[in-house]
Amino acid sequence: MKPTDTLQPDYFHRVVDCQWACPAHTDVPEYIRLIAQGRFTDAYLLNRASNVFPGILGRVCDRPCEPACRRGRVDAKPVAICRLKRVAADHRDAIDDRLPEIPRRKNGKRVALIGAGCASLTVANDLMPLGYECVIFESLATTGGLMRSNIPSFRLPGRVIDDEISTIIDFGVDLRLNTPVHSLKALLDEGYDAVFIGTGAPSGRELELPGRHDTENIHIGITWLTSVAFGHVHSIGERVLIIGGGNTAMDCCRTSLRLGGKDVKVVARKPRHLLKASDWELEDAEEEHVELLLNHSPEAYVIENGRLAGMRFSRVEWHEDESGRLRSKTLDEVVLPCDDVILAVGQENAFPFIERDIGIEFDEWNMPVVDETTFQSTRSDVFFGGDAAFGPKNIIWAVEHGHQAAISIHKHCQGTSVRDRLPRGVNLSSRKMGIHEWSYSNDFSALARQAMPRVDLEKRFKELEIEVELGFTVEQTCEEVERCLNCDVQTVFTDSLCIECDACVDVCPVDCLTITHNGEEQDLRKRLRVAALEIEQPLFVSGALKQTGRVMVKDENVCVHCGLCAERCPTAAWDMQKSTILIPYASDEDAGTDSWKSLKKAG
Amino acid sequence: MTFIAKPKISYAGQPKNALGLSMHDYEGTISTLCAGCGHDSISAALIQAFYELEVAPHKVTKFSGIGCSSKTPAYFMSSAHGINAVHGRMPAVATGSNAVNKSLYCIGVSGDGDSLSIGLGQFAHALRRNLNMLYIIENNGVYGLTKGQFSASADVGTKAKKGEVNEQQPIDPVITALGLGGTFIARGFSGDKEQLVPLIKAGLKHEGFAVLDVLSPCVTFNDHEDSTKSYAHTRQNFHRATRLDFIPPAEPISAQYEEGESICVNLHGGSNVMLRKAGQEYDPTDRARAFAYIEQHQKRGEIVTGLLYVDAEREDMHTLANTIDEDLIDVAFEDLCPGSAALADLQERFR
Ligand SMILES: Cc1cc2nc3c(=O)[nH]c(=O)nc-3n(C[C@H](O)[C@H](O)[C@H](O)COP(=O)(O)OP(=O)(O)OC[C@H]3O[C@@H](n4cnc5c(N)ncnc54)[C@H](O)[C@@H]3O)c2cc1C
Ligand SMILES: Cc1ncc(C[n+]2csc(CCOP(=O)(O)OP(=O)(O)O)c2C)c(N)n1
Ligand code: SF4
Ligand code: SF4
Ligand code: SF4
Ligand SMILES: [Mg+2]
Repeated sequence: MKPTDTLQPDYFHRVVDCQWACPAHTDVPEYIRLIAQGRFTDAYLLNRASNVFPGILGRVCDRPCEPACRRGRVDAKPVAICRLKRVAADHRDAIDDRLPEIPRRKNGKRVALIGAGCASLTVANDLMPLGYECVIFESLATTGGLMRSNIPSFRLPGRVIDDEISTIIDFGVDLRLNTPVHSLKALLDEGYDAVFIGTGAPSGRELELPGRHDTENIHIGITWLTSVAFGHVHSIGERVLIIGGGNTAMDCCRTSLRLGGKDVKVVARKPRHLLKASDWELEDAEEEHVELLLNHSPEAYVIENGRLAGMRFSRVEWHEDESGRLRSKTLDEVVLPCDDVILAVGQENAFPFIERDIGIEFDEWNMPVVDETTFQSTRSDVFFGGDAAFGPKNIIWAVEHGHQAAISIHKHCQGTSVRDRLPRGVNLSSRKMGIHEWSYSNDFSALARQAMPRVDLEKRFKELEIEVELGFTVEQTCEEVERCLNCDVQTVFTDSLCIECDACVDVCPVDCLTITHNGEEQDLRKRLRVAALEIEQPLFVSGALKQTGRVMVKDENVCVHCGLCAERCPTAAWDMQKSTILIPYASDEDAGTDSWKSLKKAG
Repeated sequence: MTFIAKPKISYAGQPKNALGLSMHDYEGTISTLCAGCGHDSISAALIQAFYELEVAPHKVTKFSGIGCSSKTPAYFMSSAHGINAVHGRMPAVATGSNAVNKSLYCIGVSGDGDSLSIGLGQFAHALRRNLNMLYIIENNGVYGLTKGQFSASADVGTKAKKGEVNEQQPIDPVITALGLGGTFIARGFSGDKEQLVPLIKAGLKHEGFAVLDVLSPCVTFNDHEDSTKSYAHTRQNFHRATRLDFIPPAEPISAQYEEGESICVNLHGGSNVMLRKAGQEYDPTDRARAFAYIEQHQKRGEIVTGLLYVDAEREDMHTLANTIDEDLIDVAFEDLCPGSAALADLQERFR
């Protein structure tokens, strides 16, 4: 293999598994260290720089970082990254004086943002400090989009949403509630320099089966949740069937329990491992005694005497056919009695307000054609982001779309190419303090993952608004922060210094270093001290070593960043250096490629 | 040295041996040696060898004298037995232990000072009685622990860190052991585990006194430019006389070894070693030729390594003394010490 080029920004970025997996590249290990030092406000602001809504995301993020967390490969349970984010948000001080300055004199450009969900709000957050005038149009009487209308308040209290959204609105955004956009053409005619469409994926999918329209007791999940959130619906029958196996189904069943449901079942066609709901959402529902019925394929709504009496299902078995596709085989039929059915079988986009003759191309699925890097549509002044861009995803993706769209809108408005974007960068700085001192907590801590304390089952159903999760205690926080392996404190190797004494190889507690003769990657992976079978994880390969011409190889997979290799090396050929991944935002674009890296503070 | 103890981490995909132990279960306490010391690599090689041989740690006794090298038994297999003896006196203590515990593996770790200076007499006599043990000399040419004075293995002309030149003849443990009639004589290098690990395994399985001289650079006092025991110098002058493969009892000897080019030596307990010669007329079972070969290469400044001489037939201390099969430690006290009447009887027979 060729020597690894660790200056290429993605190399060390990939090693920080959580940050690499986070769509918005949140600097997780750094904020965990700040929390460990009790610097909650700093931790909050560091989060805010990338994910904009730390209080919200610290509760309900889809947390793609956690399955990626290296700790999960070392002792099965990842660091409670998301929960720690909430600690920062819950304990921070006021941040008003640390927010970016909003220029009094505007730059003369006006941007319209449709929808007051997290995608549009992120765009406004990034553009307001640059002097843009941002106008948000929202159909509803309130902000937040699905975060407020669909994510139940027992998971995400309204005050947390208010708090983080008002920070952005208070930058001076022109927020127009109760103002649906009916015609994009008309809006464009008002002369905006750019329009961002962050209207989400607003319609819930139907399940047309016999009996669907013969009763009032079948509800579309996301519409029903909205009605609950805005106080239009206060009750539900005692026996409720939720159809679907995704996160919406989990919110519907738990909400039902709080509105009078006693016997609440989630019924899904697929086996458990194929359900779309996150493991923790399934566990949360089961903790509340929701019954999960798998491999039940809905056949008909059973209507008796004009009333919904139940639903008929085929019980199925799944197997793979020759082409590897899952096929079902019907075993028998069952009827499950119920008073209400809630359909949670998916969400769809709809763009009724976009005329099809204004230069915005739509594809065969009636989705706008959107560039995956720039978020620009086929009309240069119209951009999409969030669920509106590529279909329903989650908050953190919507935020990342917002950041990227903001860069594009800025470039578009300044008359430069939206394609000509700043690259990511990386800064390194040594963490060596003295002979045996490192300025990070490098001792491996064997503590187990902390469990979230929750409101007792009897108490939590009393009111819809009771937040179930209480947040980590001080003691829990102190332990959980130590579980982070500091993956951003990188092992940096200088091959010319190595005398091949093997000290680092011998001391590594997870056997990830090997000095051997070079070879092709496949062959090399097999020849290491412990074969490197996790092929998604990179190998570091040094240049030829002075004494024997062999190479130092490191399998990044389970390195616990303990620094023992550097501690043990007699020549300081290994050093522990903190990598700061430089992620460009709209505000960095002005500085230009060369100078922006120096503007960003090194870690 | 390091102050941070190596944590015990079991990670996904961590290999285990037939006893269900990972390599980390064979480790010792945190090393207090200088970072980069060759001795630590030898500890790591020992850990690997015992792990691969699937030896239960409580079946092992470790012995040492005094020196940095003699501290190393603390750094592997914490759960084995061990005695740290006085300077140069380890062989006597090991002999006592082995006399009553013949079923335990016996391993001594010493230094060039401990074995070739103060302890040369003890070393020679343990070899002479063919005590069944692996005797490792971690050879760095200096007294590391006392801050780098030349030891008895320092080569003529080698320079100390401050520039002083050694004029005295070195005592070469390999040549010495050959002269004294050793039954297993080998040399390795701490920086080459590929060679060292099989040498350790073979030495442990040899029934008799196995001398393993391991060049083990002292990074602090003897790794500078004009030293003949540095990492760089050792690597430049390294000469492999034989290549050795250790073959555990259950494994068949594969056909890759061609007649004439390799020699098979049967060790105790069904293990074998295959010795592949480095092309020439070297014969590790012919003492006179081994002697000549080593002499001739060392004159050229080469460091001859490998399993250099082996005689698996000579009887060890227990066989020579005709002891019983059982470990003496398991024999009842009354049988071991039949009392003063029995003693008087015995004395009578010598009158
Ligand atoms: C039940 C449920 C639970 C979820 N739980 C989670 C979770 O726990 N974690 C997570 O990360 N994600 C979750 N999601 C997904 C997440 O809510 C969305 O991905 C995210 O809100 C998308 O943000 P957005 O800004 O793109 O759109 P939205 O949040 O949908 O906001 C769009 C806004 O645009 C407005 N709008 C639409 N059309 C117009 C128009 N023509 N004129 C003016 N305004 C308009 C809408 O009223 C709305 O306010 C969940 C989704 C659902 C349905
Ligand atoms: C009887 C006695 N004499 C002298 C000493 C001082 N002393 C301690 S270690 C040592 C030499 C050790 O050299 P070596 O065996 O080569 O070990 P190294 O430290 O080089 O590994 C000496 C002379 C002692 N401890 N005891
Ligand atoms: S930091 Fe070094 S010693 Fe520690 S796990 Fe990583 S490679 Fe091994
Ligand atoms: S400890 Fe340092 S000098 Fe020794 S092998 Fe490792 S990197 Fe090289
Ligand atoms: S002084 Fe020399 S022999 Fe002793 S620990 Fe340090 S490097 Fe090793
Ligand atoms: Mg010595």
